[in-house]
Amino acid sequence: MRCPMKTEELIRALAADGTQPVTPIGRTLWRALAAGALLSTALFFLILHPRFDIARAILTLRFDFKLMVAACLALASAIVLHHVARPASIARHRWLLYVAPVLLAGGVFVELATTPGASWSERLIGHNAVHCLSLIPLLSLPSLACLFFALRRAAPLRPPLAGATAGLASGGVGAILYALTCPDDSPLFVATWYTIAIGVVATASTFGGGRWLRW
Amino acid sequence: MEHSLQGNACAYQQLLVLLTVAVRNAVRGRARAAGVDPEDIVQEVLLALHLKRSTWVRGTPVAPWVAAIARNKIVDAFRRRGHRIEVPVDSVLETLWIDEVETEGQAHDLERALAKLNGRQRDVVRAVSLEGHTAQEVATRLQMTEGAVRVTLHRGLKALAATFRAVPNED
Repeated sequence: MRCPMKTEELIRALAADGTQPVTPIGRTLWRALAAGALLSTALFFLILHPRFDIARAILTLRFDFKLMVAACLALASAIVLHHVARPASIARHRWLLYVAPVLLAGGVFVELATTPGASWSERLIGHNAVHCLSLIPLLSLPSLACLFFALRRAAPLRPPLAGATAGLASGGVGAILYALTCPDDSPLFVATWYTIAIGVVATASTFGGGRWLRW
Repeated sequence: MEHSLQGNACAYQQLLVLLTVAVRNAVRGRARAAGVDPEDIVQEVLLALHLKRSTWVRGTPVAPWVAAIARNKIVDAFRRRGHRIEVPVDSVLETLWIDEVETEGQAHDLERALAKLNGRQRDVVRAVSLEGHTAQEVATRLQMTEGAVRVTLHRGLKALAATFRAVPNED
């Protein structure tokens, strides 16, 4: 039996491995998000296309609102993710996660107040909820994979939380893309089906975080 | 710390030596009480600090960052050995910078982890650590390119950390 490795020897190995400048984890995460969004967009154009009346849709409040909520969610979770990914980081940015849900709740309230009750169920059920439920997770997958890949380098004190946050961020990206093709603009539809779809992504990635993001 | 992250090996080595003393102080009492060799845990924490050094944010205090990583690893290490303990970050933080230099510096877990590496990785890690060769010297001796030595060393260290994590203590 050889004599045990001394700590001094370990330090020598670590120092020898530390001769290259280190990329800060924050930059790694932003790059991963950009790459992921790009891949998700590529996937979008591969299997889908923006709706044909998009030039007109973009002038309507409901369509823009839908995009804005999704963008809010993606951005806010990306910011929170930067803090969750590091040890010794303060939790003061968590409130950002509430922005998108609060906005959406406001949208639902306005929708209910301004449209006749008879049209509510039609607005809620929309044209194709199954599409929404399957395409949002599918479109968010490339982004999620990139974020997880980057997070393997991070040091989250709570890996499941890091996984969940990454899931929300990539779910947001998937929702932005899906929103471009989805013909249903009512906040009632968005609040129901988009939320379920993103929830599925976040739940799966919470478990994924517990499994793959330990260090 | 800042110099170390820019790839200044000299500064980095000095920093690691300082951190070792600090971590040793934080770990010793608790490890003894739990009947665990403190140096095993010190080495595990050092590996984690090294592999996760990109998560330190330039310009922020180093101590809380070290304490958070150390605490996480200490709790992990004890849990694997069947002890459930609570380690408040503050207590780690307090004991980090006590002036006390005493080197024992031998441990067994790392040796076991080293034995699990593949041949090439083990050769490189050993050559650099035990014999203190530079990457260049190792490259000539093992007939590899210097870049390959660096990559192998890095992968070897990552594999070491992974083994620590995966293998429950067997004694």
